[in-house]
Amino acid sequence: MVATGAVAGVGAALVAWPFISQMNPDAAVLALATIEVDLASVPEGQEITLKWRGNPLFVRHRTKKEIEAAKSVPIADLKDPDARNANLKSGDQATDVNRVVGGKEQFLVMMGVCTHLGCVPDANSSLKEFAVLEGSIKTGGWFCPCHGSQYDTAGRIRKGPAPENLAVPPYKYLSDTKIVVG
Amino acid sequence: MSGSSKYQPTSPVGKWFHERLPIVAFVKDHAMDFPTPKNLNYWWTFGGILAVMLVVQIITGIVLVMHYTPHVDFAFNSVEQIMRDVNYGWLIRYMHMNGASMFFIAVYIHMFRGMYFGSYKAPREVLWMIGVIIYLVMMATAFMGYVLPWGQMSFWGAKVITNLFSAIPFVGDFVTTWLWGGYSVDNPTLNRFFSLHYLLPFVLAGLVILHIWALHVPGNNNPTGIAVKGPQDTVPFHPYYTMKDGFAIVVFLIFYALFVFYGPNYMGDAVNYVPANPLSTPAHIKPEWYYLPFYAILRSIPDKLFGVIAMFSSILILLALPWLDTSRVRSGNYRPIFKGFFWVFVIVCIALGFIGSKPPEGSYVLWGRILTAYYFIHFIVILPLLGLLETPKPLPASISDDVLAKAKLA
Amino acid sequence: MKKFATFLIAATALFGGVAMAEEGPTPAKGISFSFEGPFGTFDRAQLQRGYKVYKEVCANCHSMKLLSFRNLADKGGPSFTEAQVKSLAATFKVQDGPNTKGEMFERAGLPSDRFPSPYPNAEAATAANGAMPPDLSLITKAREGWHGTFNQLWNGIGGPQYVYSVLTGYETPPADIAKEKPEGKYYNPYFQAGHWISMPPPLSDGQVTFDDGAPNKVDDMAKDVAAFLAWTAEPKMEERKQTGFEVLIYLAILAGLMYFVKKKVWAGVAH
Repeated sequence: MVATGAVAGVGAALVAWPFISQMNPDAAVLALATIEVDLASVPEGQEITLKWRGNPLFVRHRTKKEIEAAKSVPIADLKDPDARNANLKSGDQATDVNRVVGGKEQFLVMMGVCTHLGCVPDANSSLKEFAVLEGSIKTGGWFCPCHGSQYDTAGRIRKGPAPENLAVPPYKYLSDTKIVVG
Repeated sequence: MSGSSKYQPTSPVGKWFHERLPIVAFVKDHAMDFPTPKNLNYWWTFGGILAVMLVVQIITGIVLVMHYTPHVDFAFNSVEQIMRDVNYGWLIRYMHMNGASMFFIAVYIHMFRGMYFGSYKAPREVLWMIGVIIYLVMMATAFMGYVLPWGQMSFWGAKVITNLFSAIPFVGDFVTTWLWGGYSVDNPTLNRFFSLHYLLPFVLAGLVILHIWALHVPGNNNPTGIAVKGPQDTVPFHPYYTMKDGFAIVVFLIFYALFVFYGPNYMGDAVNYVPANPLSTPAHIKPEWYYLPFYAILRSIPDKLFGVIAMFSSILILLALPWLDTSRVRSGNYRPIFKGFFWVFVIVCIALGFIGSKPPEGSYVLWGRILTAYYFIHFIVILPLLGLLETPKPLPASISDDVLAKAKLA
Repeated sequence: MKKFATFLIAATALFGGVAMAEEGPTPAKGISFSFEGPFGTFDRAQLQRGYKVYKEVCANCHSMKLLSFRNLADKGGPSFTEAQVKSLAATFKVQDGPNTKGEMFERAGLPSDRFPSPYPNAEAATAANGAMPPDLSLITKAREGWHGTFNQLWNGIGGPQYVYSVLTGYETPPADIAKEKPEGKYYNPYFQAGHWISMPPPLSDGQVTFDDGAPNKVDDMAKDVAAFLAWTAEPKMEERKQTGFEVLIYLAILAGLMYFVKKKVWAGVAH
């Protein structure tokens, strides 16, 4: 009796799996993997938004001022001390240089997906909203219009409900001005 | 409500059928002869109104599916084609769209009525809990339906709400990817939401049958909250309540028609007439009005995981309501202090809804936190203590006594 | 009932108090249109003029994807005649094909054609204008001229007023923000997404000559095209209001009958 029940139970579980698994991303979705970005087309102080895996990808050409502002923040002040950089190992500190590629600090490449509930943070928000932040972040960064999360000029979470820094996707430099994401 | 049925088939065919499937007796017992307290007021008509709204939504929905295309490239335009080219498409679509709001207006009144008159107390706990489950399934159904027109608010609402699941520790990201069928809300998400939006109303219909079954075991509560003592306290459901409910349903339909014909987009959001754009979030995203109190609770907690937990708890706490309220008196009419707290609670819920519609800035944040705290205090502190501390007013001996006393006063 | 009234007063006081503290973009100018209110209908001549403004001005940059030329003859709309629609449509070039050789070709528009878009895709439209000119089919339902729960209940969302206000709302920027002026943008306090708009002032006095000789100052043309866009967003509005009136009369009679039946049924029972 018990054995028969167990066999039937295992069978039911095995049958259930395909019906659960079919909801996972299908082969065509998984295949949408990489895009190339020409960094020379992004003027200093501006950013472009591309679509990668259905989500917005920010590529920002940071000004010296923005880089300085991000570098001046002590790690202890960060809400999320992890770099969240897919090109590094998890647990690496969220220093400014760990958010970009050393020597190419002016180019910040990251997902434009708020780590709270997935809205697109806005880089061009009116400065009024940023003024509530103290210190360096006044000079730029991102503001999420949905629930008010605020990110600094390195895309690190500084204020609001979002738990993590904006994710840096896997990417590498193909040439001096060209990267491939994914 | 077993016992002997009053239905006696007279014709041989009727008898033959009755012995094989006693459905006529069943309908007669439960929809016509069912003894119902004679003092039910108009707040009790919302059960019938809800049943009508469910049927309206199912019929209009099935018709809309005949013209709708669940694909990210066509969904928005197919809805507009319904509005512009399909014969009476504008009417059916506006009925469905506003029907959802009407459904929620009725369900909120129905729920607050239950709370005021203590309809969740023994022996009706299971009836109440099935009701809470119906409410949860309604919310899921309405949410998925709102995604289908694939406007800006459809898309971003879907993204924000499905992202709630990413707050689950360890497996959150896998769960959201699984729900989306991709790395973002996209065509697979739209397709599965369409499938489930079609399925869930029928699940609701099944739950409604369970709800009525659980209602017909102890019978209706009533404004005095005291149990039926005998046949002198009741009237048969038909014609007394079929007519009273019928009148209330028509009045409700007038209210519904005013919105469908003269303010069809009032309940909706203008931004949803902009097609979905995954690269740009609208300035003020907010859910449909019926979710706003819960949205306010979500936002009032500055931590992702605890915000999500608070939001779900605020609904699930209703399941525990029969045990949180310690008073033995059911009806709020005989609980002078409870009555005050009840209305404060209603105002708090409406105010939370108002906060939910506002951007998360300035004093709205503080008010959201105060009101959220009060929402939970009402259930966890006020209701349990009130039952122990409050002295209720004397109860009438029976429903008939109460009715007669009121008739004398009038 | 008295308690309910107290509750309502309390709720209103609470909302009123919070609502006072609100501030937002400049609300649209409160002009009125013939199609407002439960019995309001479109002014045919105004819609026809609005179409002309749309065609000669707006259509150079903005698409109108949800409309076909045949709609211009629909009941409850501008009510052009079938013949007029045919010749209106023929003034547009439409891409069709492939033909038997597999080639795409251009031909004159037919009433069954959709309004052709000025740009082949959103990217081209953005590149040519510095920002994406939105599709205008639903614009008066997609933009709010003013806010407030009760305000919108009585006055609607003010979509046509928003369009009118943007078209007539170009100003010289106040001195303190004039120096923030971004390259290629214009100051317009009514524009929803911040005060800087990429669209240059589109209308100038006398720009469009109306066949009926109606005045063609910027203000008149803006009003006419706003009315036209109100129709394109809600082409079944007249049918909706008319049907609603009939449905409400029917329901009122039914409610009356139900009330007396209910009263009669309950007459013998104290309750």
